Amino acid sequence: MSGNNEDYGPSLLRGLWALTVRELKKWLNDPIMLLMFVLQPLIWMGLLGKSMNLGAMFSSENLVNIPIPDKIPVPGDYVTPKVEGYVYISGSWIHQSLQRMFSDIGESVMKNVFGVSDYFSYMAIGMISMIVMTTTMFSGMSIVWDRRLGFLDKVLSTPVPRGAIIFSKVLNAALRAMLQATVILLLAVLFGLRLSPTFNMMNILGIYSAIFLISIGLSSIFLAFSLRSTRLERPMQIVSLITMPLMFASNTFFPISMMPNWLQSVAYVNPLSYLTDALRQLTILPLDASRILVDFIYLGVFASIFSLIGIVLSWRYLTR
Amino acid sequence: MVENVIVADGLTRIFNKTLVAVDHVSFSVREGEIFGFLGPNGAGKTTTINMLITVLKPTEGSASILGYDIVKQANNVRKVIGVVPQEYTADEDLTGYENIMLCADLYGIPREVARKRALELLELVELANFKDRKVETYSGGMRRRLELACGLVNRPRVLFLDEPTLGLDVQTRAATWDYIKRLKEEYEMTIFMTTHYLEEADALCNRIAIIDHGKIIVTGSPEELKNALGGDIITISIKEDADVSEVIRNVEHVKEVVKMENGSYRIKAELGEVTTPLIIEALRSRGYTVTRLSLTEPTLNDVYLEYTGKTMRDTEGSREEFHAQRIMLRRARAR
Ligand SMILES: Nc1ncnc2c1ncn2[C@@H]1O[C@H](COP(=O)(O)OP(=O)(O)O)[C@@H](O)[C@H]1O
Ligand SMILES: [Mg+2]
Repeated sequence: MSGNNEDYGPSLLRGLWALTVRELKKWLNDPIMLLMFVLQPLIWMGLLGKSMNLGAMFSSENLVNIPIPDKIPVPGDYVTPKVEGYVYISGSWIHQSLQRMFSDIGESVMKNVFGVSDYFSYMAIGMISMIVMTTTMFSGMSIVWDRRLGFLDKVLSTPVPRGAIIFSKVLNAALRAMLQATVILLLAVLFGLRLSPTFNMMNILGIYSAIFLISIGLSSIFLAFSLRSTRLERPMQIVSLITMPLMFASNTFFPISMMPNWLQSVAYVNPLSYLTDALRQLTILPLDASRILVDFIYLGVFASIFSLIGIVLSWRYLTR
Repeated sequence: MVENVIVADGLTRIFNKTLVAVDHVSFSVREGEIFGFLGPNGAGKTTTINMLITVLKPTEGSASILGYDIVKQANNVRKVIGVVPQEYTADEDLTGYENIMLCADLYGIPREVARKRALELLELVELANFKDRKVETYSGGMRRRLELACGLVNRPRVLFLDEPTLGLDVQTRAATWDYIKRLKEEYEMTIFMTTHYLEEADALCNRIAIIDHGKIIVTGSPEELKNALGGDIITISIKEDADVSEVIRNVEHVKEVVKMENGSYRIKAELGEVTTPLIIEALRSRGYTVTRLSLTEPTLNDVYLEYTGKTMRDTEGSREEFHAQRIMLRRARAR
């Protein structure tokens, strides 16, 4: 029984597929993970989206304790037609008009600041960005385990193309991110997110492309970093250190125009801002062709540069 | 024709510019033999294997497997070798069968062939009944067998085993040796293995190299190495109250005689089984009566002691601890 000397060709695609399926299987086989997968966005949407209902700040009940005298004297010069002396306006009438105007103002302030009238929609899309970011960083990092547990060395001893090992991680990150984004978007719609009337299949394609771009950039850089750091915990520490700042120095939960100048300049180079903007335009905002072009160009440049660096560094490690 | 399947020439690996993990190691492995690296934790065994299996590049020196250079023809090497790493690398979240199929995919073995082979291998390592269970439910011995099966999926001509029974209990270890021997017969392979268990080297290897601090100290078959120590230890006592050291020393094959404090004689001799009757004969012909006698063969532990100045046992504890730590790490891998 010597079936030796066979010459089956290991191929990039075959290897890539096998390694990617392994990752996805691991991920989807884990019930706790699946629970987290749905629970995490639910909690965020519930807490941040629904409880931080910024629009409600402008509702009339918030005027209750504002002292308005019963009778307000107005000098006759200020009314038309002009009269001698003073006219008196009833306080309760002022109160009513104020209340009416206030909710109109609220609506336009929300629209001017967030682009949509409800904060929930704004925030739910921001959350897609946030989760896409953490998912892709962690997927890039999962190679830490493969390295530590010897799986990586074993794979390296097979004739599978080295590229398949790297791309499987990147592809896995992108697929996970897309799947998660889909789930969050569906949940958000279920909980009252208002899609713009022009939303169609092309928008979905655009959403996936934007997510794909940021995923490959982030995951390859984290892949290289995890391969090269000598300590297992290091990449985890970095992720927890940078996710919060990255999130808040972007338009994920709050518009850039409201930020202090120094923070604005950070937000303008933060790729997360461009991802979030692209996603919002593709879902809840009216689409602005030139703005979305800028978003995609920025994401494309980010993806090319970071994945190139990441892949080169990873490659060098794998052929050390 | 007996050819050298593995040839290593001055193989060296230096980590971080200063740590010489493997230090100009040269050896050759003949077709069909089981060649073992025996050495304590940190001796450089895994680093050597990693260079041979093309995972690490040598800093200096070269090696070839079946004539393929491990650096320049790495891809050819990868196709003809099988690897069973020292860790359990099978994916815990997948089943045994899925794990073997994954390995097959990495070699590009056509699905149909792979399916047949996976089932056959699972049968061979007696895991057929567990093939659809997740690996996390497997015992240590079962995992080892699964690793063996994975390493054989491409029908390798040379198999690398890195500490094949690390962390297994004594019975499971012996059973694993049987599997290894059986698989070797079945697939007609040459095997390169490492171990820090002396019994394992003794039980499995045709030839061993003792390695310490990255250097090969001595190479030979276990028998040769033991014999080279100067042979067996014979302890003898006589009834009479006389010094018979000279009488014993003149017997053929005897190399050394020491009279112990309790009056017995400790004799080092080659071919103990042959020499012992000769000594008894010599003593009796001079009128002495032998009252007590024992013959012990040297173990690889004595060999190891002789060449490194320390016993292998000293290093074992830390090794098991290290392994336990790895298992904990695995468990921690909750995401
Ligand atoms: N990737 C690495 N980087 C730095 N040092 C290493 C690396 N791998 C092994 N070493 C060191 O090389 C030496 C030999 O290790 P190893 O080959 O694993 O020994 P063994 O397998 O015989 O226990 C040890 O001192 C170990 O710490
Ligand atoms: Mg080792």
